[in-house]
Amino acid sequence: MKELISKQMRSNFKHLLDIDNLTSNDISKLLENSSVMLEVINRDIKKVPTLRGKTIITLFYESSTRTRVSFEQAGKILSADVINITTSTSSTQKGESLYDTALTLQAMKPDILVIRHPHSGAPHFLANHIETSVINAGDGTHAHPTQTLLDLFTIKKQLGSIENKKVTIVGDIRYSRVARSNIWGLVKMGANVTLCAPSTLIHKKTFGPCIESENHPFNMVQIESDLLKAINGADVIMPLRLQKERQTHGHLPTLREYSRRYGISNSKMAHANPEAIVMHPGPMNEGVEIDPDVAHGRQSVIEDQVTNGVAIRMALLHSISSGNIMTPETSN
Amino acid sequence: MSTEILIKGGSIIDPGTRSNSKADIAIKNGLIERVEPNININPSAKVVDANNLIVCPGFVDLHCHLREPGEEHKETIKTGSEAAAAGGFTTVCAMPNTVPTTDNRAVVDYIKSRAALESKIEILVIGAVTKGSLGKELSEMGELAEAGVIAFSDDGNPVYDANIMRQALEYSSDIGLPIINHCEVPELANGASMNESWVSNILGLKGMPKSAEEVMVARDISLAKLTDGHVHIAHISSSGTLDLIRQGKEMGINVTCEVTPHHLTLTDEAILGRGSKIHSDFSIDETAYDTRAKVNPPLRQMQDTLNLVEGLKDGTIDIIATDHAPHSAVDKICTFNEAAFGISVLETAFGSLMSLVHNEQIELGILIEKLTSAPAKLLNMDLGSVSIGSPANLTIFDPNKEWTVNAETFKSKGKNTPLDSLLMKGQISKTIYGGKVIFEQQT
Repeated sequence: MKELISKQMRSNFKHLLDIDNLTSNDISKLLENSSVMLEVINRDIKKVPTLRGKTIITLFYESSTRTRVSFEQAGKILSADVINITTSTSSTQKGESLYDTALTLQAMKPDILVIRHPHSGAPHFLANHIETSVINAGDGTHAHPTQTLLDLFTIKKQLGSIENKKVTIVGDIRYSRVARSNIWGLVKMGANVTLCAPSTLIHKKTFGPCIESENHPFNMVQIESDLLKAINGADVIMPLRLQKERQTHGHLPTLREYSRRYGISNSKMAHANPEAIVMHPGPMNEGVEIDPDVAHGRQSVIEDQVTNGVAIRMALLHSISSGNIMTPETSN
Repeated sequence: MSTEILIKGGSIIDPGTRSNSKADIAIKNGLIERVEPNININPSAKVVDANNLIVCPGFVDLHCHLREPGEEHKETIKTGSEAAAAGGFTTVCAMPNTVPTTDNRAVVDYIKSRAALESKIEILVIGAVTKGSLGKELSEMGELAEAGVIAFSDDGNPVYDANIMRQALEYSSDIGLPIINHCEVPELANGASMNESWVSNILGLKGMPKSAEEVMVARDISLAKLTDGHVHIAHISSSGTLDLIRQGKEMGINVTCEVTPHHLTLTDEAILGRGSKIHSDFSIDETAYDTRAKVNPPLRQMQDTLNLVEGLKDGTIDIIATDHAPHSAVDKICTFNEAAFGISVLETAFGSLMSLVHNEQIELGILIEKLTSAPAKLLNMDLGSVSIGSPANLTIFDPNKEWTVNAETFKSKGKNTPLDSLLMKGQISKTIYGGKVIFEQQT
């Protein structure tokens, strides 16, 4: 096995808690490395020894198919040993706190702990209390940084670049960790971000000028409650999953009305850039936030996102494991 | 045995008598015997050197949680009173959210008997407004008053039902004691763990809008007007609340209120942790979601803190109270959502408040008044002043002494403070209760 060729970009890359901790250079390099990893995924024998002897634990306190399997697939292709733990906060039935669970797992000497948790900040809490590297696979309504990396990778691959592209994120901004991480990532990479939602699903007073610093990414987004205006000329349209309880909790009159006003249909897509792509973090509520015709249509890149997700997670696991973002060696 | 103490050389601030002078204080049998310059030293007296220090009445805290009975792992009357003494307090009022609730004479008697045995300071007891603080039926306020409670509160929870609140104000007005309400509309605050602002948005935490407090404050002021009862609004946190109370007072309604040291000096940005202060790119790090800054009502924003200081100065805010809420480590070593609300305040209150004096936001005299004579007046009690014949409850402090907060050394069992390891300017030197030195700063 050849020595890894390293081109160090950033020292001490220990955790990925959110995109805010990455520079645009870090992100660019991770996306470059993801292209290398994508090539590996498409091989007949998709196995490289890069992370042989490393152990990754995925600790999921929320149900997840794509993110958990994506991490597992990424780790296994890189020859890491992957241990999956799926639990729920209610299965703190045994009375063990997240803190004690973390200490217990740390004592088994894993190299990387991938956590998904329904509480915002749970990965920060772990990173503050244990030595193991922590990757955030989605925390509450805060962040989902690997989703953002795969979204950025997908936009770059589909449109050639991210800078100056108009990206419209539609839907449940208030409760969306995908939206929050994507604001950081897209703004850092120079995209123009428009957020579109009924006012019950985006607190306008928690964005924009109330933030003292003009340059804060959350101050550099457009907020538009009219979907047609928001979608006008967009290069990327990204509807978010709408949780059904938004109706029962008074955010929306009915899912039907939401779909009429904010669902992405072909007729609404006609207002976007003709070459625009449609993305969705999944899982979709087809017929609510997105029409099946659009979800499976010409402009949809939703399945590509899933494949790209494995590639960027490979690049990420490799970088975290090395402690910096370097070009991977990928000979079998 | 008569204890004699002579405090020499201190500058006296006594908001009760509005005197501000340099004089010695002779104490005998727990009372202040003489206040005059250059008192000769009686050889049998203990001499307390107060040169370059300020002497004022002992601080009075209308709002603290001593956790006993029921949650002695968080605090006891003994540790709470020691923490109070270390913070310059000679009187504290214990909130009734104990286990069991302080809603009957037996619990009041228990607290008083424990205090008689274990407390170094005056412990006053607040009784529950409703049985179990459940908000359904009034507690036996008459008997509670006979047992010696000084106010009623369901603190920790609001008195949710407007009709119960109306009747509580009516019933307590016959007794002549105030209802202290923790104002929070649960439907607006439900599930939230901090203030609703750009900070909560960035952290992805559900926020409590200021309206959750203000809506109930408006209701309570209206009910105080209706009933002629005395409503005291606990721990006000927002500019909007301040406006409502100012308006209520202008209308002659019997509404008073308090503010905590943390709502005067901290903002919700404390929850962002260290990263936000050191990273120029606005990124946060693993120190974010600082559970030590989780408190209810939540820390608000800079403009609120500035307005609250103005409210102290113009008299809209009657007193400063700590809302000392000690918790054990496990209550705070968890995710932000899971963490208990509350800050351990008694031992940092004075140091943090002095930042307002050093920043020239408020005069020292007003600050001392809000910690001493104002709460005593609100309780209609003589809890100490620097005048002859008064109980010798005194606090001696160095306004310029710098020190670093170290929660591990707190007398309180609650080490939960966002001020840990921060530098303070202004330190308690000695606390005297009933003519005895009950706390001396180790130098």
